[in-house]
Amino acid sequence: MARAVTNNRKAINTGLAWLIGLLIFFPILWTFLTSFKTEAQAINDPPLFLFFDWTLENYAVVQERSDYLRFLWNSIIIAGGSTLLGIVIAVPAAWSMAFVPSRRTKDVLLWMLSTKMLPAVGVLYPIYLLFIQLGLLDTRIGLTIVLMLINLPIIVWMLYTYFREIPAEILEAARMDGASLREEILYVLTPMAVPGIASTILLNFILAWNEAFWTLNLTAANAAPLTAFIASYSSPEGLFYAKLSAASTMAIAPILILGWFSQKQLVRGLTFGAVK
Amino acid sequence: MATQHSRSAARFMMAPAVFLLLVWMLVPLTMTLFFSFKKYLPLRGDSMANGLEWVGFANYVRFVGSSSFWPSIQATLVIVGGVLVVTIVLGVLLAMLLDQPMWGQGIVRILVIAPFFVMPTVSALVWKNMFMDPNNGLLAYLWKAFGGTPVEWLSQAALPSLIMIVSWQWLPFATLILLTAIQSLDSEQLEAAEMDGAPVLKRFWFIILPHLSRAITIVILIQTIFLLSIFAEIFVTTGGAFGTKTLTYLIFQRVLESQNVGLGSAGGVYAIILANIVALFLMRIVGKNLDA
Amino acid sequence: MGKIALKHVTKSFGTTEVIPPLDLDIEDGEFVVFVGPSGCGKSTLLRLIAGLEDVTSGMIEIDGNDATRVPPSKRGLAMVFQSYALYPHMSVRKNIAFPLRMAKVDEAERDRKVEAAAGILNLTDYLERRPGQLSGGQRQRVAIGRAIVREPEAFLFDEPLSNLDAALRVNMRLEISELHQSLATTMIYVTHDQVEAMTMADKIVVLNAGRIAQVGSPLELYRAPQNKFVAGFIGSPKMNFIEGEEARKQGAHTIGVRPEHLALSTDGGTWEGTVGVAEHLGSDTFLHVHIDGVGALTVRTQGEAGLNHGDRAHITPDPERIHRFDGDGLALA
Repeated sequence: MARAVTNNRKAINTGLAWLIGLLIFFPILWTFLTSFKTEAQAINDPPLFLFFDWTLENYAVVQERSDYLRFLWNSIIIAGGSTLLGIVIAVPAAWSMAFVPSRRTKDVLLWMLSTKMLPAVGVLYPIYLLFIQLGLLDTRIGLTIVLMLINLPIIVWMLYTYFREIPAEILEAARMDGASLREEILYVLTPMAVPGIASTILLNFILAWNEAFWTLNLTAANAAPLTAFIASYSSPEGLFYAKLSAASTMAIAPILILGWFSQKQLVRGLTFGAVK
Repeated sequence: MATQHSRSAARFMMAPAVFLLLVWMLVPLTMTLFFSFKKYLPLRGDSMANGLEWVGFANYVRFVGSSSFWPSIQATLVIVGGVLVVTIVLGVLLAMLLDQPMWGQGIVRILVIAPFFVMPTVSALVWKNMFMDPNNGLLAYLWKAFGGTPVEWLSQAALPSLIMIVSWQWLPFATLILLTAIQSLDSEQLEAAEMDGAPVLKRFWFIILPHLSRAITIVILIQTIFLLSIFAEIFVTTGGAFGTKTLTYLIFQRVLESQNVGLGSAGGVYAIILANIVALFLMRIVGKNLDA
Repeated sequence: MGKIALKHVTKSFGTTEVIPPLDLDIEDGEFVVFVGPSGCGKSTLLRLIAGLEDVTSGMIEIDGNDATRVPPSKRGLAMVFQSYALYPHMSVRKNIAFPLRMAKVDEAERDRKVEAAAGILNLTDYLERRPGQLSGGQRQRVAIGRAIVREPEAFLFDEPLSNLDAALRVNMRLEISELHQSLATTMIYVTHDQVEAMTMADKIVVLNAGRIAQVGSPLELYRAPQNKFVAGFIGSPKMNFIEGEEARKQGAHTIGVRPEHLALSTDGGTWEGTVGVAEHLGSDTFLHVHIDGVGALTVRTQGEAGLNHGDRAHITPDPERIHRFDGDGLALA
């Protein structure tokens, strides 16, 4: 039974929650607003909130000066590619673990998880070296593979928890109906798991998009995604708040929108199903 | 549903994932271990082709013996501990607030969750320049408005500032998980406690907090794993100066900046051991959950 | 043709043997019911026949051919699952057509067969709906429809009625029986409900702990149970078992008498006792009578017996209908 709460108390809750929510959101909002100011207005004393001359100039300048679209394209290719590649590899694996569990399934799952916990810096040089040897340094394909590998355990785990919710009897029915393994996965399991697969794709796309160790250390000019694009703004010379804001807004806006859709899956994905 | 046929199919379909992760784990790990016992300074002409000099545990001893080692451990612990305390205390409070009935709950949730999706380099830069800059940052204006002297956040109070930035990024994660856990609390239990005359604080202490203990443990473990390896935030803000050089960053500098691969690899092995200790506890919890 | 033979079939999970060596012949066109308490291995046995589980040893023959290693999709059997196992993302039409699609039947033929099956099962008006929009009985019919269109050698039913409410269950029972009459295809039906077994089966296989306790027609099992287990499992209310002095008088370790084979009178009989609980069903009355030296007996009388709690009653067993068992629970001739 939900308790009847007086409107008074509800009003207090609402006020407090909104206040805190806006406070937490403020840096993002401020960045967004600043991106439409001129540089002079951006450092105006006192700070200007809404009443300034809105301009889109910064966006044009950022695109022109640092070729935002190229970095964006790299981000999309790398995050999207690593996610899709991961899904293709993880769906069969998750099928196996969810529907043909053996005594070792649990160990395999936990072992996969443990690879995720390997500190990246511990293996930075070997990877760096291998990348040079294989000619993968500063290539999109190299980064795609690395990001796929670091997110593969999460993808397998998420799919596994979603698949486990699908009754095995339905897959058995498909088998009785004459479906081959490929047909069973293609026509029965996958369509039924679409919501779960979509959430998995979404969350992993976000994680890959924001990954900022390998993307910074394994790229230079060619394959650099948005994380590196922004990092290039950290040098003090030529730093202008309004342009920094415009660049930041462009880097986070796509993912922020996707992220809002995926908040429920976030919990499940990042806790490996331990909290639902 | 386990026939010979489906079992062999299962093994076959798991193979690519297992194989890839095995390679991804073993190859670099072996190389790191290998390098850690070698003198390997690529800038001074050392290379795999010429053969590397075996130095035993010298790199391990030197890494621990260097004047940067203990400060880096300290910085790591302060950052990880600080962020954990801030995100969990605020996370519990915020989760309890968000669990209350209110208008526009969905929107508030969206506002609170947003920082998690901001890429680390962006959040570090935005905080560094637009908030913590001693001349033009918003915090400087705020200080001046109240008659104070602006603080040079990232040099005078580098560690607390960094904790603040990272906490901002991770508070949404803690809040969201704790909120999910709170929502699974049986409200009848709380009502029963209320009927028994337990005041608000006691209800929090004896019912809500124990119920959250599992979720809190999970938040601690997962955040610790990620926090041990934070990189971009330091890279962008202080570059490891002003006492913010964590173990991760120290290793990064040894390997890529001073190009002492042997020394850095020894440090890497330390980092791997440290992470594995935390991971062990996390796996136990997750593993238990698998059986349920 | 749907003749199925199990030869020395065993099944173990790890080191636990769920089915000890078992032989069974199922004739073409027979309606066979596997019945037994939960955990007796009846569902496992069905899944072995379906091919969803491997036999540990032994052989399964379908129409005289060794099918032991044949995958489920190639055995020519159709199965109706307890949970119906309908594909939730497909319409009823697509659900029923799925086996045909897998068999690469062309579309016109597919449609014709689906329409025909839907006609038989009264599903014509629901073909475009999703399973989620159907009632339990309708879902059950879709599952059966999916099985029918395959024109299988045999139908396998795994407790298909256990998710339906009591009234619907009786209806579906009749429908499945009628279906068997009209198709004359072999059906193997698993249930824990002995009423379903008695009413539907040509042949009942009673299973206990993986072993066949008895095979026979419903009335054979009722009249001549070969052991105490079958005697107690078949028939409702359960058979009364009496041990001790009364059994020894009959030269047995235990004797059993069905409640309907006990005659009740108020003035005299073999045993005398006190009426405990009386269950008045209208058409019948079940009386629980406590008798010194015998124990509590359930007695079934037709109509409304004028006896109540605490009344004295005399009970006489029908001597022709006394079942005698030895110390191992086996029936004595």
